[in-house]
Amino acid sequence: MSLGAPLTSPSPRQVPVARIRDTVAQLVVEANVAIGDDVLAALRRAAEEEESPLGRDVLVQLIDNYETARRERVPACQDTGLTIVFLEVGQDVHLVGGDVRAAVHEGIRLGTRAGYLRSSVVADPLLRGNTGDNAPGIIHMRIVPGNRVHVTVACKGFGSENKSRLKMLTPADGVEGVKKFVIETVDRAGAQGCPPFVVGVGIGGSFETAALLAKKALTRPIDRRHPRPDLARLEEELLDAVNGLGIGPQGMGGIRTALGVNIEVYPTHIAGLPVAVNIGCHSNRHRDMWI
Amino acid sequence: MLRQLIIDPVLSPADARELRAGDRVLITGELLTARDAACQRMVETLSAGGRLPFDLAGRIIYAVGPTPAKPGRVVGSAGPTTAARLLPFLDRLLGAGLRGIIGKGDFPPEGVEIFRRHGALYLAAIGGAGATIAKTITAVEVVAYGDLGPEAVHRFRVRGFPAVVAIDVEGNNLHEMARARWRRLQP
Repeated sequence: MSLGAPLTSPSPRQVPVARIRDTVAQLVVEANVAIGDDVLAALRRAAEEEESPLGRDVLVQLIDNYETARRERVPACQDTGLTIVFLEVGQDVHLVGGDVRAAVHEGIRLGTRAGYLRSSVVADPLLRGNTGDNAPGIIHMRIVPGNRVHVTVACKGFGSENKSRLKMLTPADGVEGVKKFVIETVDRAGAQGCPPFVVGVGIGGSFETAALLAKKALTRPIDRRHPRPDLARLEEELLDAVNGLGIGPQGMGGIRTALGVNIEVYPTHIAGLPVAVNIGCHSNRHRDMWI
Repeated sequence: MLRQLIIDPVLSPADARELRAGDRVLITGELLTARDAACQRMVETLSAGGRLPFDLAGRIIYAVGPTPAKPGRVVGSAGPTTAARLLPFLDRLLGAGLRGIIGKGDFPPEGVEIFRRHGALYLAAIGGAGATIAKTITAVEVVAYGDLGPEAVHRFRVRGFPAVVAIDVEGNNLHEMARARWRRLQP
């Protein structure tokens, strides 16, 4: 976890929730119109390396699409996603001016309108009913040291999200069991998950922690390996393995089924080895800002 | 091979029969849009013996829910959604005369068989290419189910809309053939 450099201010530092609202509004648009530099670079590399003609044609069209979206400031993909907001709030911050959660949801509404994003949220999972304003989003908020607020907005499309899976492995399953589950999940995601994928893997914690770790893994640049050498190696092995599945870009066949694999870990119970695989697509939309 | 395909407003059976899995096409003409909620409503209407507010015979449905159009533009971002989610509605809709659908991703074997049995097509457009696909859409109007917002049935006029034949009328399945060709790993 990186810390924003502390600002000089009397403790506690007042941060109006309106600033968080406006930051969310800005980031939700930015994430949708401007693909990350790391992903665009990976797509360009993949286009050079892809041996399947149909697969390469897909990658070339995707690169053209992302460049067009950036240039014209339109959403790259019509599934502008369910908005997931990570807030890391410094201990020495005092949030003022209203309910911070309401401010986040309002920021999503404002950004959706301003950026001509799609209203893709239903009010109830069973009763459905489009909410009409792309809210609410999902908020993961935690308290961290310092006096700044770190806002990360991740827009998650559900073609890929729907292919994500979680399993409670046992300690005896070990790293081989983890590899098998990750590869099998990507295999089952296949063409429907919208490859080439970015794969987030969460290992450890508890049932819900593993899933959250996998989602957070998707917000790390895909060209940055995990600082622990054994996990960095595992990320590279998994990427190579899933690229052997033959799915290829949009399932048209090829050797570039995924652009990157990121792993996050957390301590877990002596009887447990939870592993979650969050399938991300090639848009992998996330933007962050320090307040 | 790359070929121009006219769908205006129907795809002729002869044209459908000529297409082979793996053919790349550029479509000019007219597509009806529908996805999960609209297909559900259509099938409910047909099952209740009702008539749809539009004629499906010979048409191609594009499975998409676009973003709203920016001022001065015809349509927002408009790439395909995952077609396999429409599997529960396929037999009914193809049975009502629909000639095929455009979406992204593959179908399981039971889906491929439904297309083959009806002599219908599945064309795959590129998932995520919402901005560039939008540029091939020259006119948009809501035809039915406007209350569904982005999930309404629209009429899209298109010129040079790119797609690949994924399932042809004989049931050849590009996604399956492609994965078998490129797979080097047995998990």
